[in-house]
Amino acid sequence: MTPTVLAFYLFAISCVAGGLFTVVSRNPVHSVLWLILSFLSAAGLFVLLGAEFVAMLLIIVYVGAVAVLFLFVVMMLDVDFAELKAEMARYMPLALLIGVVILMQLAIALGVWTTAEGVEIAARPDAVADGGRHNTDALGLILYDKYFLLFQLAGLILLVAMIGAIVLTLRHRVDIKRQDILQQMYRDPNESLVMKDVKPGQGL
Amino acid sequence: MAEFLTTPFGILVTIMAQVLLVIGFVMISLLFLVYGDRKIWAAVQLRRGPNVVGPWGLLQTVADALKYVVKEIVVPAGSDRFVFLMAPMVSFVLAMIAWAVIPFNDGWVLADINVAILYVFAISSLEVYGVIMGGWASNSKYPFLGSLRSAAQMISYEVSIGLIIIGVILSTGSMNFGAIVAAQDGNWGLFSWYWLPHFPMVFLFFISALAETNRPPFDLPEAESELVAGYQVEYSSTPFLLFMAGEYIAIFLMCALTTLLFFGGWLSPVPFLPDGPLWMVAKMAFFFFLFAMVKAIVPRYRYDQLMRLGWKWFLPFSLAWVVLVAFFAKFELFGGAYARWAVGG
Repeated sequence: MTPTVLAFYLFAISCVAGGLFTVVSRNPVHSVLWLILSFLSAAGLFVLLGAEFVAMLLIIVYVGAVAVLFLFVVMMLDVDFAELKAEMARYMPLALLIGVVILMQLAIALGVWTTAEGVEIAARPDAVADGGRHNTDALGLILYDKYFLLFQLAGLILLVAMIGAIVLTLRHRVDIKRQDILQQMYRDPNESLVMKDVKPGQGL
Repeated sequence: MAEFLTTPFGILVTIMAQVLLVIGFVMISLLFLVYGDRKIWAAVQLRRGPNVVGPWGLLQTVADALKYVVKEIVVPAGSDRFVFLMAPMVSFVLAMIAWAVIPFNDGWVLADINVAILYVFAISSLEVYGVIMGGWASNSKYPFLGSLRSAAQMISYEVSIGLIIIGVILSTGSMNFGAIVAAQDGNWGLFSWYWLPHFPMVFLFFISALAETNRPPFDLPEAESELVAGYQVEYSSTPFLLFMAGEYIAIFLMCALTTLLFFGGWLSPVPFLPDGPLWMVAKMAFFFFLFAMVKAIVPRYRYDQLMRLGWKWFLPFSLAWVVLVAFFAKFELFGGAYARWAVGG
């Protein structure tokens, strides 16, 4: 057993176990932590495939940002577990049906799976496409040269989604106090302060 | 001996020895960094600082560490025991493994991978988990508030750190630290380094690094005046030690990153002196001195000020800088100062 094979089995087992415990954990925060383990193992599998750029991206985007927000939300939720369990029992038959259908579809798809020519070579970590480029370079060329328009379109869709989310949630509240830094800085002491000479015992 | 080193077991032994060397360097630096931090802080406030244990108090940190280790570990009754004890370990281990890709001299690096910067960035974005897990598992108000603050703060400043790093990557054409330092090697000594072409980003990177490592003036997750000690409130003994060590190692890592990205790593600042790892260590120590000085002289930010600075100033500014650098590099303006692909590889 070479170290690579050993590492593969370690990552694969922890990935599957992480996914399993994400579903069966009673505590939602534990679920998210198991999900993070699963993400990290998947990143390890990508490294073994020689796709180190994708692995790092997976960690930065999913573990470093998305899962933190998940955790953020789940920690603050006040979940009623008894109610959740009752709901789950009611929908169990439907869930089982959907699960069986997806399993069958997967089985059919895998049954007719064939590998295209050249995939074997491209999948090997040492044989990088395009004459010895790193996969970061190769990905950049594909995204920004070959599929430039599609990439820009995807970016545009994300931008629209982001603006939409902001528009939907933004409320201009007028009843709160806000700090306007520029206004503070440009205030003139002569206009806002009045010096008064108060005689003792008299007041203003 | 040479034969033994080529066997699988020999390779394993070599790697382990190298790893121990780096860990040893980081741990021993840690002892004196904590001491130096306290001494500098004391000097600014006209105090003496630690001066009892060992000559000039040099062994104070050793004594403190020993004291932490022999004390009792208190786990709060309502806490989530497993996550509670995991959190400090996560914090310490993540801070430590980022050193795997940091070079100290040309080729002196544990893992010479070509996405080294992304690796460090990924690991430092994971460090938030130690804080969040610790704050949540303590099952107490102040730690929880501290961990929420920390999560929002670290995500905000990661964005601008990422954009600043992209500027450097664009100029170099590589994400390997060796290539980045090689690209800064020029005829003008310290004026060939990236701090000159990427001048405003050096400040932004330094400030974002302060926020990313929860250092003052951005130490809101552990603000003692409002949250007692934030996410660390319920921790005692060795878990607390691990938290603190992880924090200092992360700070030292940020010093190393600043050195490598903007200040030429192991390159000598003047052309007639030889390059070497001593320059690297000296530069890292200098940036740690700056970190310590900032802690001593800058008052703490308010939380909304922190968010405003991160999202409304740093993010647009660093984004505009990325576009500008891409433009400069593409048309090789300023004598090719922004396009050093030929040098770096």
